[in-house]
Amino acid sequence: MEAKMWILALFLLLSLLFDGIGVRAAELNRKTERISGSAGDVLEDDPVGRLKVFVYELPSKYNKKILQKDPRCLTHMFAAEIFMHRFLLSSPVRTLNPEEADWFYTPVYTTCDLTPNGLPLPFKSPRMMRSAIQLISTNWPYWNRTEGADHFFVVPHDFGACFHYQEEKAIERGILHLLKRATLVQTFGQRNHVCLKDGSITIPPYAPPQKMQAHLIPPDTPRSIFVYFRGLFYDVGNDPEGGYYARGARASVWENFKNNPLFDISTEHPTTYYEDMQRAVFCLCPLGWAPWSPRLVEAVVFGCIPVVIADDIVLPFADAIPWEEIGVFVAEKDVPKLDAILTSIPTEVILRKQRLLANPSMKQAMLFPQPAQPGDAFHQILNGLARKLPHDEKAFLKPGEQILNWTAGPVGDLKPW
Amino acid sequence: MKLSALQPIRRANSFRSPSSAPLDGGAAPSDGPLFRSPTAIFWLLLHAICCLVSLALGFRFSRLLFLLLFSPSSSPSPPSPPVLLLHRRPDLPLSPHPPTPFATPNATGSRVVVGRHGILVRPWPHPNPTEVMRAQRILDCVQREQRLQYGVKNPRPLLVVTPTYPRTFQALHLTGLLHSLQLIPYPLTWLVVDAAGVGAASNETAALLARSRVPVLHIRFSGRMPLRWSDRHRTEARMRLQALRVIKERRLEGVVVFADDSNVHSMELFDEIQKVKWMGAVSVGIVAHSGNPGMVAPQQLSKEEEENSPVPVQGPACNSSGQLAGWHTFNSLPYVNKSATFIGDGAMVLPQKLEWAGFVLNSKLLWEEEEGKPDWVRNLDEVGVNGEEIESPLDLLKDASFVEPLGNCGKKVLLWWLRVEARYDSKFPAGWVIDPPLEIIVPAKRTPWPHAPPELPSGKVATSQDPLEKRSSKTGRSSRSRRSSRNKRKREPQIDTHI
Repeated sequence: MEAKMWILALFLLLSLLFDGIGVRAAELNRKTERISGSAGDVLEDDPVGRLKVFVYELPSKYNKKILQKDPRCLTHMFAAEIFMHRFLLSSPVRTLNPEEADWFYTPVYTTCDLTPNGLPLPFKSPRMMRSAIQLISTNWPYWNRTEGADHFFVVPHDFGACFHYQEEKAIERGILHLLKRATLVQTFGQRNHVCLKDGSITIPPYAPPQKMQAHLIPPDTPRSIFVYFRGLFYDVGNDPEGGYYARGARASVWENFKNNPLFDISTEHPTTYYEDMQRAVFCLCPLGWAPWSPRLVEAVVFGCIPVVIADDIVLPFADAIPWEEIGVFVAEKDVPKLDAILTSIPTEVILRKQRLLANPSMKQAMLFPQPAQPGDAFHQILNGLARKLPHDEKAFLKPGEQILNWTAGPVGDLKPW
Repeated sequence: MKLSALQPIRRANSFRSPSSAPLDGGAAPSDGPLFRSPTAIFWLLLHAICCLVSLALGFRFSRLLFLLLFSPSSSPSPPSPPVLLLHRRPDLPLSPHPPTPFATPNATGSRVVVGRHGILVRPWPHPNPTEVMRAQRILDCVQREQRLQYGVKNPRPLLVVTPTYPRTFQALHLTGLLHSLQLIPYPLTWLVVDAAGVGAASNETAALLARSRVPVLHIRFSGRMPLRWSDRHRTEARMRLQALRVIKERRLEGVVVFADDSNVHSMELFDEIQKVKWMGAVSVGIVAHSGNPGMVAPQQLSKEEEENSPVPVQGPACNSSGQLAGWHTFNSLPYVNKSATFIGDGAMVLPQKLEWAGFVLNSKLLWEEEEGKPDWVRNLDEVGVNGEEIESPLDLLKDASFVEPLGNCGKKVLLWWLRVEARYDSKFPAGWVIDPPLEIIVPAKRTPWPHAPPELPSGKVATSQDPLEKRSSKTGRSSRSRRSSRNKRKREPQIDTHI
């Protein structure tokens, strides 16, 4: 009797072992691979039930009227702030009772003041943000309770909450003082930089999902381009001598590889841009005036391995997505050796990266689809916010305590908006 | 110009130390009358000297000087002097790794420096062949993986049927087809039906096929290739039938493709035909204007020819539900007076209504005693006997409505039909090699070829075999040989070369 039980136990153990091996082997043969970042296997987490967000009702001059003045804000790469607002309004994580909310969201569209060319001007943004914060601190008690430590803001502009497009000016300004304690959701990310504060959530820039879906080609089209890039190498208007734009990295790529048949690089923007990316193995994502660019999103969606040339960059959702395993990182000083670096990557590594990129949850995490779908960038932001819960006791101020100085910052910011 | 261009960007840098303000160009000194105190005059003079030196050197010398003089030893070295290292030095990292020059309150020091950086160019910015080969291997690996995952699972072998005969352009066409077939990733057998006849000519095809890396089945055909195009089409059909009989006898398995030696095939064709179940049809583009382009000037084309589609396409036509509804055939009416009648004629060669190249079939259709063989196909032994002429593979079937349209229901053109032949009397050396090399090369004053057409149907045009007139094989158009003879005239002595 006992012997039989031992045999049964042994049999069960062996069957479990073989099952495990079988599953792993099956996984190896699949077209995709699971993605686990430093926070674990969190890309497919569902934030519903893990946090509650209260959306402030601001007068429409902060959001709707601005959008009405210029509807181009819905299609440019900073459109995440508008779509995040719309998503939160109809999301199950939204609560109408601010007492039970974990996070508070202020819908202010700071990146919607566009030039005729479509580039956003950040000069009024600090005043706009300040005016919005003044409004919420006077009308609701929740800002003063924590001085913003449980509030989050979406600031997708070039250098985030530094509100300037030129890096030196942005560094000079620093992050808006009133946002010192709040959580910032921004596209800019660079380590040890003034404009990236600890605890910020980096998101991808907005890329229109329908436009990308419309340009998909059959997956059996052979990838015959080795390296692909389309964009400026020299910004002749703003930096005529070169060396400033992209810290000279893009110009270096051009000068070193313009004659190389493996590199399909040029400034001409063809109509088959998306189709060409799907026929390429590597897509260059070098920095421009700011280190981030929508090319990363496009490369991920089209299965092209991103080659990131931006020192110390922090990529979107860096704790959920293991970018080191998915993309190739090249230091700016190594750009002249780019061809040697790329050709010396072993083929198993390249195939593995392509399998990781083929994972649909990876592509979904980079997009802002309308309406929202599970696993997309909106949900990743909420997951990131949920991972920061619960707030620690330093967030809540004791009565009478005040940390923020409402008159700090450049004098021009103090003017009412 | 450079200074003024630098200034607006650089102005922020003046933040670093208050005493740098007087040295910055353009920053007006805020103090009172300068011209009184000697120190002010001294600074002004120093500023002027620095400005002049900067103008000469081309960068902001004053800043460099100030930094060298006034920066304490413990502070980090400044960002690179604004010199473009374009095309000069090898990878000298001009952006060193000091912490940022801006005093950031809580940053521990980033490696990234704001400011102007040099553009690093390596001394030989050209591709390295070893790396190109490695990249090629990577691409091959990636494409193989793609084919494994998204391509055809369980590919069937191909049986490629090609009728050919020795002639001037045979080497050209067969080599082209050979290279196309070598690129196909599926196992294939090439059945070459050769209408060579006896003599030295019969080994020419064999010599060409000896270079093949794909397995070849060289089938000899007993007839000769006739001179008229209409006869040639019929002979080719008979040659193909003979290949089909060989497939039937040996029970070769796979998908039968009719690849004529002068046609152009796209690689997607061979992926697409793997989908065929029994018999399929693809769209064939017709490149009918293979005649001398100089002879048919564009403005002579009639209006109706221009209104026709730019490239005629033959193939299946589908109805809206994707099923075979009919056939797009070649409309030969506009070309009736201008088409070629015999091979080597200078005019356009027209295809038949439906070319063999547009059809593929499963070899099991030809086998006898095969289970699952559909009943709408005729027995191969009954086809072609008693003088029956086969025009297209549809004659192999009892019912043509079962043909499957391939290539997105015929919307994708996967191969191009073309007939290009040298002039009927062109001579060419065996293997296209003149061995031993010619001793006497004589320039032709004008084209020696007569314009009289040959005698039909049998044969050879009589050309004189004057030993002085040995010339290397060229199928020149009359204008071209005249041009070359004019060039050669300068070099060689004049010899009259009449026929």
